[in-house]
Amino acid sequence: MSLYQVQKFLYNLNRDEQMQQVFADNKNKVLANYDLTEEEHAALEYGDIGLLYVLGVNGQILMHYAAYLQIEWFDYLQAMRDGVDKHGPVRAGIYAMTGGGKLFARTPRSGKGESFQ
Amino acid sequence: MSLVYAGILSHAPGITGRAHLVDNEPVRDAFYASLEKQRLEIEATGAEALIVIAAEHFANFFMDNMPAYCLGIGDKHKGPIEDSEWLKIAKTEIPGAPDLATRLVNSVMQTVDVAYSEEWQCDHGIMVPLNFLTPGYDLPVIPVNINCQGPPLTPMSRVWQFGEALRKACDEEAEKIAIVGTGGISHWPATPDSGKINETWDRSFLDQLMQQDKDKLLSYVDEEVYAQAGQGGFEIRTLIAAAAAAKGKGDLQFYTAELPIFAVGCTVARFDISA
Repeated sequence: MSLYQVQKFLYNLNRDEQMQQVFADNKNKVLANYDLTEEEHAALEYGDIGLLYVLGVNGQILMHYAAYLQIEWFDYLQAMRDGVDKHGPVRAGIYAMTGGGKLFARTPRSGKGESFQ
Repeated sequence: MSLVYAGILSHAPGITGRAHLVDNEPVRDAFYASLEKQRLEIEATGAEALIVIAAEHFANFFMDNMPAYCLGIGDKHKGPIEDSEWLKIAKTEIPGAPDLATRLVNSVMQTVDVAYSEEWQCDHGIMVPLNFLTPGYDLPVIPVNINCQGPPLTPMSRVWQFGEALRKACDEEAEKIAIVGTGGISHWPATPDSGKINETWDRSFLDQLMQQDKDKLLSYVDEEVYAQAGQGGFEIRTLIAAAAAAKGKGDLQFYTAELPIFAVGCTVARFDISA
């Protein structure tokens, strides 16, 4: 249920510019409206993408949140990898890392993308 | 017959947001040219409204109340919800088609239960297609979402029925209507594996889709899709719904797995709707 609360906070934040402004002014006040563990509260207070990913936040919600935080694309991908390195595998949900930490997103200058199989 | 066009296209946010990071510009530009061709084909039909069958990405609904299917019936829609600079699409209002959309809901719900919304917010799943297909936002849009994110998900058999119901609803109306289905095939978006593409799986699925191989399309189950095509593969529902609405075979106009920075096999196709 607690992961549900984390995701609900992010869902609301991602789509509500007024809430974004209030959150920017007073994070703890906004987070107090959600039933969070200390770990979850800290992850949201400090925008810890890696920990939020490992906690199991849905990737679409987390990606929109990273965009709100204006994190550069490759930094965002690395933050998730770092989260797995630090906290272990993704604990819930459907967005587990399955590629062993390999970087797939960059197109080699040779023109051919890295293959899946 | 009021359905004048049916097709599919990709919608990944990188298609607009990370265009500058591509170092395979000829392939990127060929993809963009195919999207422009699709825009011109839709325009040539005289379409008066565009239905976009997309995947819910938590722009409108959360797990407190998640519809399997929803149509946007408002007189306008807002988007994108994402940071504009990140998506490289400015925030805007998109005209809706409230009367037509409400009639479609009334018809579709005779066979498939659907939700509706008068307050639609568009994320990249709809904004990226619109950026290419109606860049001036001058074509009324009826957004449609299928839940592809928050399991349990609607089964493929129901997706097919939904597409058929949407086609029947369109055929009952006088307006000229275009439909596009927009979703990823195999992809692992929003994970560290972003950019991974199972091209073999993609091409097999697309062949079945273009051939209207209903038995194969309805045989997909999420456990196998997840293993071979990632959680992003759940979005094949949007493509299958478009095929069911079209009824006719498809022409795969563009596919490439050589733009991994876009995080998806980039696809454009058109279906025959004469059946």
